[in-house]
Amino acid sequence: MLDQSRKMTQRPLSPHLQIYRPMLSTTMSILHRITGLGLVLGVAGLVWWLSAAATSDAYFALVQGFFYGWFGRLMLFGMTWALIHHMLGGFRHFLWDTGHGFDLNKVEWLVRANIIGSVVLTLALWAIAYGVRG
Amino acid sequence: METELKKVRGLGAAHNGTQHFFMQRATAIANVPLTLYLLYFVIAHIGTGRDTVVASVKNPFAALALCLALISICWHMKLGLQMVIEDYVHGNGAKLACLILNIFFAFGLSGLGVFAILKMSFGV
Repeated sequence: MLDQSRKMTQRPLSPHLQIYRPMLSTTMSILHRITGLGLVLGVAGLVWWLSAAATSDAYFALVQGFFYGWFGRLMLFGMTWALIHHMLGGFRHFLWDTGHGFDLNKVEWLVRANIIGSVVLTLALWAIAYGVRG
Repeated sequence: METELKKVRGLGAAHNGTQHFFMQRATAIANVPLTLYLLYFVIAHIGTGRDTVVASVKNPFAALALCLALISICWHMKLGLQMVIEDYVHGNGAKLACLILNIFFAFGLSGLGVFAILKMSFGV
């Protein structure tokens, strides 16, 4: 019954995401998901590194060498930013869970703080890491 | 036109209640200190030899923190990936296969990581 009536009347669909102008808050929403997906690679890399350390000197030297090289560093830098960005986004969601911070100007302020904070903290952490570890 | 109440009662898009939401938040809270420790641990072992990493993991507090971090992170990862699968994978067969693979992936990854840490921690 339901299927028949659906076929007969081609009702218009409600407008979907792509007709809306992209805004910073919507971009940050999808970025939270993308950084989360990216971090899956980071967890896999971490487990690869740990299991190499548990296996043998030669295997660990290989994995440690990979992460020490330019490509490994680039990957770790990306992961650091993704982790900090996702964590700061999580704090924003904790605030929203309590029912606060939904005014549009507050949302705008929060997402700006999220993106600026993640970039600044990532650069600061790498500066410290280079300072301490060389 | 009517909606069959028995089909919708208690069933959201995920066919589940608030357990997913709650565990996502609970693991998120745990992840904050645990991943900060993880960041410290990784930075402290940039370019070091294997013996340094093994010596660090011999500390029971370090081993415990790393194990808890892996479990909490992988649990959080499982919930997040599940949501992505539920949103983007259509077709019941493919969705079911992805959801099961996701569970295997999360348990496999955390199991491998925890085993590696325990092997270094207990091994001689």
